[in-house]
Amino acid sequence: MLEVKDLYVKVEGKEILKGLTLTINAGEVHAIMGPNGAGKSTLSAVIAGKEGYEVTSGSVTFEGRDVLEMEIEERAQAGLLLGFQYPVEIPGVKNIYLLKAALNAQRQARGEGEMPAPEFLKLVKERLAQMKMDASFLQRAVNEGFSGGEKKRNEILQMLVLQPKLAMLDEIDSGLDIDAMRVVADGVNSLRGEERGILLVTHYQRLLDYIVPDRVHVLVDGRIAKSGDAELARELESRGYDWVVEETAA
Amino acid sequence: MASQEMEQLVRREYKEGFVTDIESETVPPGLDESVIAFISNKKGEPEWMLEWRIKAYHQWLKMTPPSWAHLDYPPIDYQAISYYSAPKRPEDRPQSLDEVDPKLLETYEKLGIPLHERAALAGVAVDAVFDSVSVTTTFKHKLHEAGVIFCSISEAIRDYPELIKQYLGTVVPVADNYFAALNSAVFTDGSFVFVPKGVTCPMELSTYFRINAANTGQFERTLIICEEGAQVSYLEGCTAPMRDENQLHAAVVELVALDDAYIKYSTVQNWYPGDENGKGGIYNFVTKRGDCRGDRSRISWTQVETGSAITWKYPSCVLRGKDSIGEFYSVAVTNGRQQADTGTKMIHIGEGTRSYIVSKGISAGRSNQSYRGLVKIGPRAKGARNFTQCDSLLIGDQCGAHTFPYQEIGNSTATIEHEATTSKIGEDQLFYCQSRGISEEDAVSMIVNGFCKDVFQELPMEFAVEAEALLNVTLEGAVG
Repeated sequence: MLEVKDLYVKVEGKEILKGLTLTINAGEVHAIMGPNGAGKSTLSAVIAGKEGYEVTSGSVTFEGRDVLEMEIEERAQAGLLLGFQYPVEIPGVKNIYLLKAALNAQRQARGEGEMPAPEFLKLVKERLAQMKMDASFLQRAVNEGFSGGEKKRNEILQMLVLQPKLAMLDEIDSGLDIDAMRVVADGVNSLRGEERGILLVTHYQRLLDYIVPDRVHVLVDGRIAKSGDAELARELESRGYDWVVEETAA
Repeated sequence: MASQEMEQLVRREYKEGFVTDIESETVPPGLDESVIAFISNKKGEPEWMLEWRIKAYHQWLKMTPPSWAHLDYPPIDYQAISYYSAPKRPEDRPQSLDEVDPKLLETYEKLGIPLHERAALAGVAVDAVFDSVSVTTTFKHKLHEAGVIFCSISEAIRDYPELIKQYLGTVVPVADNYFAALNSAVFTDGSFVFVPKGVTCPMELSTYFRINAANTGQFERTLIICEEGAQVSYLEGCTAPMRDENQLHAAVVELVALDDAYIKYSTVQNWYPGDENGKGGIYNFVTKRGDCRGDRSRISWTQVETGSAITWKYPSCVLRGKDSIGEFYSVAVTNGRQQADTGTKMIHIGEGTRSYIVSKGISAGRSNQSYRGLVKIGPRAKGARNFTQCDSLLIGDQCGAHTFPYQEIGNSTATIEHEATTSKIGEDQLFYCQSRGISEEDAVSMIVNGFCKDVFQELPMEFAVEAEALLNVTLEGAVG
């Protein structure tokens, strides 16, 4: 469903991605790992359409559509959704309001009508329970005063409500204690399905004990240096990244 | 998002920019004693009122316009303005809506204020001021039964001279400032509200102001009095057609609250702001002041300001009565080349007085906005308290926001708190919303509405909806 071909990306004039190629099929969970500064977060940011990332060559297509030509909101409406490492606070805007606006914007883009309020509330309450979140979350301003763990849960909550075709999760495990990690991982695992692709970006192998990926890619210096299955992640855990870096340089 | 796109996003057209084709009676531009006498005569005023006006005029001649505000505009030629314009119609005021010129009613329809329906549905009594005269006041009868007087100030001068003599100019003295003096000399209409002792006004009162004729100024004068234990909630809305030349609006609003009285005054101001190059638009120089004269009285100003080329406006409270409360909740949005210097003054005189200020400024385009607030605690105001929160939101990188807080504390028992923030509308916030599938335009309006929430919740329910809609129109752009 997602094809990234020979992608080169500059940020503030500096080349970060240097010929990255990646294919994700429906039903697959991919993990992108790699040392700090390798360009892990850049990939998901470019796919989501964040400003300040200059694509100098290469292509990104999603279900045959040229993603790089789409507006940010169109990408989300097409089913590409990014879970943020550092979700931003929006004072005064209730969480439930954002959820509703996002869901209805996506439905409308698909030619469906707005979801009736009772149905929406039912859906949100179920998902909240799944994420072990209290209903008071809905009335709080988006991410305002949320702890690190609450913010991450909230990102997954949005995924569960919005049901994207491809969920991209950027360092969703950072700053989580072990209990929160379980809840987040359970949430992500519940998203797994034949119709859906998942892209995990993570520095640590720890998360992959809970969400076992189909494919693991090691990103070194802007391109995928090595790919493998879940076993590769475990190898990285015990041996670190240096050997891949050395192998690449050789 | 590039700032250029951002600018495009916040650009919008002024939706109330139509002109109503009504024959009107307008005096030639210029100001002297004969013009004042003409106005006074047109209004059928008693001799003492004319004298009051002439005295104000002589006072005004001795004064100079204020120059301390953070505003930049060419000098106003006061001889180029017409000081009276009225739709031509039979000498008598209409007794019912059926007698009102249908074209006028149409104008209000266009503004989204169908007088009859709206008033009936909402239970709002509307006094509509079109250029210089009050067109109709609905629900007068029902209010009369409750003992509430709600009429145009001209009627009040004729029908309730004792109340006018007792209160007019006691909150904003003639010589208070340049524009107040001018208004005192030439004011043409406005509203008068009197709520007697112990009465809670049975409905929201509302006035809509519209400047229609070219080259005219609008100088309305509003006086609201709540006797002991009385309560009223009053809302004014303002619009004007698009014109290339600037038009002057210099109003004076005086509120008087006696013991235990409560006046809530809300404004939704949408005067024409001028085009994107700063051509045309209303110059809005307004003096609004409330006098908490009685113990435990309370006056609350809520304003949503989206229009005008120039805004110079500081709704204030004089907290004279013991334990009286003054409040100021403001949302000001500037776009294009608009300039606004607005804020409040809280003058604490009585013991145990409290004031609360929440100001939200949103600047977009190439606009410039200043918050100017004074908190003054007098020597007798033992235990006085003030809380001020003053937040600015910038959209794009060509606008400006400034804060000028003044504090004069003459009493060591006072407690003053001041919080201020300035933030740029986060590209991160926009990206976050958009990456959830929400359009750029909707994301901006969502973020801005969130920013203004503390103030919107102070507006009467139905007007809060209106204010939100107005804000969305203001920030509506040419995206897509």
